[in-house]
Amino acid sequence: MENLLDQFSIGLAFWQTILFLGLLLLLRKYAWKPILNSVNERESKISESLELAEKTRAEMETMKAQNENLLKEARAERDALIKDAKETVNTMIEDAKGKAREEADKVQVSAREAFAAEKSAAIAELKTQVASISIEIAEKVVRGELGSQEKQTSLANKLVEDINMN
Amino acid sequence: MYRLLRFILVVALLSPVVTSSVFANAEAHHGAPDKELTPEELRDENNAFVKHHTNDSHDFGIVSNEETGTHVGFPLPVILWDGSLHVFMSSAFEHGEKVVESKGNYYKLDTHDGKIYKTDEHGVVMTETTIDKKTKEETVHQLKPLDFSITKNVFVTIFMCILMFFLFKGIAKSYKTGLAPTGAAKFFEPIILFIRDEIAIPNIGEKAHKKYMVYLLTVFFFIWFLNLIGMTPLGINVTGNIAVTFVLAIFTFLITQFTGKKDYWMHIFWMPGVPVPMKIILIPIELIGLVVKPFALMIRLYANMLAGHIVLGALIAAVYFFDAYLAKTAFLGLTFFMNIIELLVAALQAYIFTMLTALYFGSAAAVHEEAH
Repeated sequence: MENLLDQFSIGLAFWQTILFLGLLLLLRKYAWKPILNSVNERESKISESLELAEKTRAEMETMKAQNENLLKEARAERDALIKDAKETVNTMIEDAKGKAREEADKVQVSAREAFAAEKSAAIAELKTQVASISIEIAEKVVRGELGSQEKQTSLANKLVEDINMN
Repeated sequence: MYRLLRFILVVALLSPVVTSSVFANAEAHHGAPDKELTPEELRDENNAFVKHHTNDSHDFGIVSNEETGTHVGFPLPVILWDGSLHVFMSSAFEHGEKVVESKGNYYKLDTHDGKIYKTDEHGVVMTETTIDKKTKEETVHQLKPLDFSITKNVFVTIFMCILMFFLFKGIAKSYKTGLAPTGAAKFFEPIILFIRDEIAIPNIGEKAHKKYMVYLLTVFFFIWFLNLIGMTPLGINVTGNIAVTFVLAIFTFLITQFTGKKDYWMHIFWMPGVPVPMKIILIPIELIGLVVKPFALMIRLYANMLAGHIVLGALIAAVYFFDAYLAKTAFLGLTFFMNIIELLVAALQAYIFTMLTALYFGSAAAVHEEAH
C-alpha cells in the first residue's frame, strides 16, 4: 500500500484527467455521435426495407389473385359478347329475310290490283262500244222495218198483241 | 489509418523478438568488463531493470547503455511547481548526473525511483524534519516539488489521444459516403456494436444506455489502445500506473453518482423490502460498496497490466540470467507465449473495465417498476 501511494503521481493524474476529458468531449462530438447515428440509421433502414419487402410480397400476391380474377371475368365477358354477336347476326338475317318477303308480297299484290283495274276498265269500254254498235244496228233494223205503211201497222198490231197477252 | 493500425499490431507481435535484441545489446556492452558479478548482484540488477521499465520516466528512452552511459531517446519537458513555475527539458538532468538550477532553486533527478528532488547547489537533497507530538518520533521528509511534467506516460497518452481522435473521426467520416462500413470502420464497427449490444444494452437497458455510450466507447478504446501500446518494446506502461487507473475509476465513480436516479439512492440509504433495523445496518455497507466498486476497478486494471509487464520483463531477464542455450530458448519461447497471452489480456482488461462500468451505470440508471 505504501508502495502504491509512493508511486502515485499527482502530476500524471492531473494530465490524465485533462487528456481523458478532452478525448471524451472531442470523440463525442466528432466520432461517437456520427458513428452511432449512422449505425442506427442503417439499422432502421434495414428493418424498414425488410418490412417493405414483406409488404410488397403480400401486395404482389393479392395483385396476382386479382389479375387472375380479372382474366377470368374478361374471358367470360368475351364469350358472352361473341354469343351476343352471333345471336344479333342471326336475328338480323332473319329480319332481313322477313322484310324482303313482305316487300315481295306487297309488290305482287299491287301488281295484281293494277291488272284487275286495267281489266275492268277495258271491259267497261268494250261494253259501251258494244252498246253503241248495238244501237246503230237497231237503228238500221228499225229503219228497215218501218219503211212501208204495212210494216208499220203490222208492228203496231204485234205490239198491241203483246200488250194484250199481258 | 488502417495501415497504421496494422503496423502497430505487427510491432506488438514482434515485440518479444525486438525487446530481446535490445537486451542483447545492453548485455553485450555490459557483460565483458563485469565478469565478476555474482548471481545475486545480477539478480538485483535484473530486478531493478524490470522495475525501472514499469515506471514512468521524465524522458523517452528507447535504448540505453549503462556501461558507456549512452542513452538513445528524446527528452520531455519538465514542469515543476515549487512556489513558482519551473519549466525546462529533462535533458538538463543528464540522466540524473547533473543538478539543474531554475530560478534560484536546484533540482536533481533520482534515477532509482524516477522522481525529482529539491537539492542545494551541490546536489544534496533538502530534507524537512517533523516531530510527532505524541511519540516524539522524528521523521525526515525529502523535499519534492509538485511535478506536473510531461512524462513518458503523459506523452504516450497525448499521442494515443491524437491517434484515437483521428482514427475515429476518419471512421465517422467514412459513413458520410454510404451507410455500409468501409476501411477501418470494417474492423471497428463490430467492436463498437459489441460494446453497444453486449455491454451497454444488457447492463443499462434499451432506453438509458444511449447517454452512457460515449463514455463506454471512449474508455474501452482508451484502455485497449494504451494496453496495446504497452506491448511494444518501447517499455510503455500507462495502464499499469496507479494514477492512470485512478483517474479512469474516478470518472466512472463520478458519472455513476451524478446520473443516479431516485431508485439508486433509495437502494443505498433506505433499502426497500427489508425491515427497518436492516435498512439502518445496510446504509454503511452500501456506502462502503460505493467506494469499493471504483477502487476495485482501479486496482484490477493496474495490477493486471503491471503484473503482465513484470512477468514479461522477468522472463526476458531470465533469458540472460541462464547460460545454457536450452534454457535461453525455452524462456524465449515462453516470452513469446506470454506476449500472446498479454495481447489477449490487453483486450480482456479493457472489456472487463467497460463491462463493470456499464454494470455500475446500470444500477444508477435503473428504474424499478415493481416494489421489492
